[in-house]
Amino acid sequence: MEDQFIKTDILKPENIVYKKTSLMTDKPLSYCPGCGHGTAHRMLMEVIDEMDIVDKTIGISPVGCSVLAYDFMAIDMLGAAHGRAPALATAIKRMWPGHFVFTYQGDGDLAAIGTAETIHACNRGENITIIFINNGIYGMTGGQMAPTTLPGMRSSTSPYGRDVTTMGHPLKITELVAQLPGVYYVTRQAVHTPNHVRKTKKALRKAFELQKENKGLSLVEIVSNCNSGWKMTPVNSNKWMEDNMFPFYQLGDIKVDGKLVVKTETSEKE
Amino acid sequence: MGELRLMKGNEAVAEAAIRAGCDGYFGYPITPQSEVMEYLMAERPFERTGMVVLQAESEVAAINMLYGGAGTGKMVLTSSSSPGISLMQEGLSYLAGAELPAVIVNIVRGGPGLGTIQPSQADYFQAVKGGGHGDYRMLVLAPASVQEMCDHVKLAFDKAFEYRTPVMILSDGAIGQMMEKVVLFDHIPRRTDEELIKQCPWASNGRPKTRNHNIVTSLDLDPAGQERVNLKLQAKYREMEKKEVLFEEVQCEDAEYLIVAFGLSARICQKALDLARAKGIKVGLFRPITLFPFPATQVSNVGNRVKGILVVEMNAGQMIEDVKLSVGCKVKIEHYGRFGGIIPSPDEVLNALEQQIIGG
Repeated sequence: MEDQFIKTDILKPENIVYKKTSLMTDKPLSYCPGCGHGTAHRMLMEVIDEMDIVDKTIGISPVGCSVLAYDFMAIDMLGAAHGRAPALATAIKRMWPGHFVFTYQGDGDLAAIGTAETIHACNRGENITIIFINNGIYGMTGGQMAPTTLPGMRSSTSPYGRDVTTMGHPLKITELVAQLPGVYYVTRQAVHTPNHVRKTKKALRKAFELQKENKGLSLVEIVSNCNSGWKMTPVNSNKWMEDNMFPFYQLGDIKVDGKLVVKTETSEKE
Repeated sequence: MGELRLMKGNEAVAEAAIRAGCDGYFGYPITPQSEVMEYLMAERPFERTGMVVLQAESEVAAINMLYGGAGTGKMVLTSSSSPGISLMQEGLSYLAGAELPAVIVNIVRGGPGLGTIQPSQADYFQAVKGGGHGDYRMLVLAPASVQEMCDHVKLAFDKAFEYRTPVMILSDGAIGQMMEKVVLFDHIPRRTDEELIKQCPWASNGRPKTRNHNIVTSLDLDPAGQERVNLKLQAKYREMEKKEVLFEEVQCEDAEYLIVAFGLSARICQKALDLARAKGIKVGLFRPITLFPFPATQVSNVGNRVKGILVVEMNAGQMIEDVKLSVGCKVKIEHYGRFGGIIPSPDEVLNALEQQIIGG
């Protein structure tokens, strides 16, 4: 059997160069195959593992596809009501100032129902990290239009495409909160290629390091695919994301060390 | 004896929270309860005891701050008034569902809608029967004096942690605003992290490598699991009904007629009782102090000895439903209420008693 061959001949301790972090549980992920959530979870847990801060980390999961994030992340967590994660995080960080506190939120949670909580937590400069997964759609409820759905993009509640004259424009909430003085670090990343995964992990690490220094709020947006909601194969959804999402939601740092990043021609080409 | 002070009811809540060892207050300004946060901000408990005080962007945020803090085992408090409490209903349901200890003070004003800023008791149903979605109850305390505003804060925290449940103090604009002398209890130090972790092993406050991760949630997608959650909650509420009922009886021993009233109404009825007794009418007063659990057996015992019962509330007739359910239908039970911020006078109550119960 092929299985047997792999187990006996390849899976030897000396051959293992990469393994699952112990901060991911053994529970099978509830995400669709091809979705970016699993990778984002793993990078986040690797950062907490590598910084050796599990005993001082409190995570908050949202309502949306990642509502069960607490089942997959082997750290202390709280499940928030829809959109309210930054309010929970605010109180927790204020009462546990030596702890690392993060929220993990989708676009509907963070940029529609939770807009007030997001903006005010950012404006108060809470020393927390917001991880924002933007896939431009409501995944869990079955592919409805999100605040970040692109113009013309189809969803179950914009079946003829998002008409910006009646349905509003996609909200670049990341750029919006980057304007606020309490926000120290804002970046937009992706997790669909090994190179992007590495950059995302680096960004998450930076955000957590900044919490240690009490610098203010850090927000890491991860533009991700939703192959089920977009009704595409995983490969096609990643291609579509590169062709359509990235031009609108441009990857890269938006605010570093409390200062907005001025984009030049060359930095955009990178 | 503790420190004696002249205070507003709202101020007594704030001072009691500091003295009870509260870890955090999160609130949003609304009349007639804004003195709670004003007092705390002026008093600077973050310097006195390390207590956090934060003005939230809305009542929705405030109640979710409570949820976050409570989920880590912290002792948290908010206060608001009727329209603000309506905004908090989602959060209250989540607190009950996730079994989190928290104290919520409602300084009730007249409604519905924006209503008025004057005192009312029209939020009885909302507080006692649920208000948010799903099958849940809160332990509900109804203070009738500034002294009780102070004492109930400590009691509410004790019960919130004992039962892992949100506890509401259902007061009103008059008790919140009026000044009375109050004997303050002595300071109880805030718990250390070690004490907190020992008291709340379920809380999510950072996983030591020696234990599994804690999850604070009200979600269980499996219907059988969610039914188990509900059964557990119901068992807790039955336990409260057995152990936590509080009430006061005034001159009930020889009473031929009974007035049942809570909170501010009971204070007014006390005076009405004196007026009635002066006229030779043998009236007793029964005051439920816990509205949930409701003193059903106790009010029934007294109620079934008298000729008639007048339920006096500053609403259109809410607690009367629980009185009727408790006492049954052998005794005449009538309601007298004023609404929209009008406080009934003792004379009005006596008149209602004579007209509706004695003469009727």
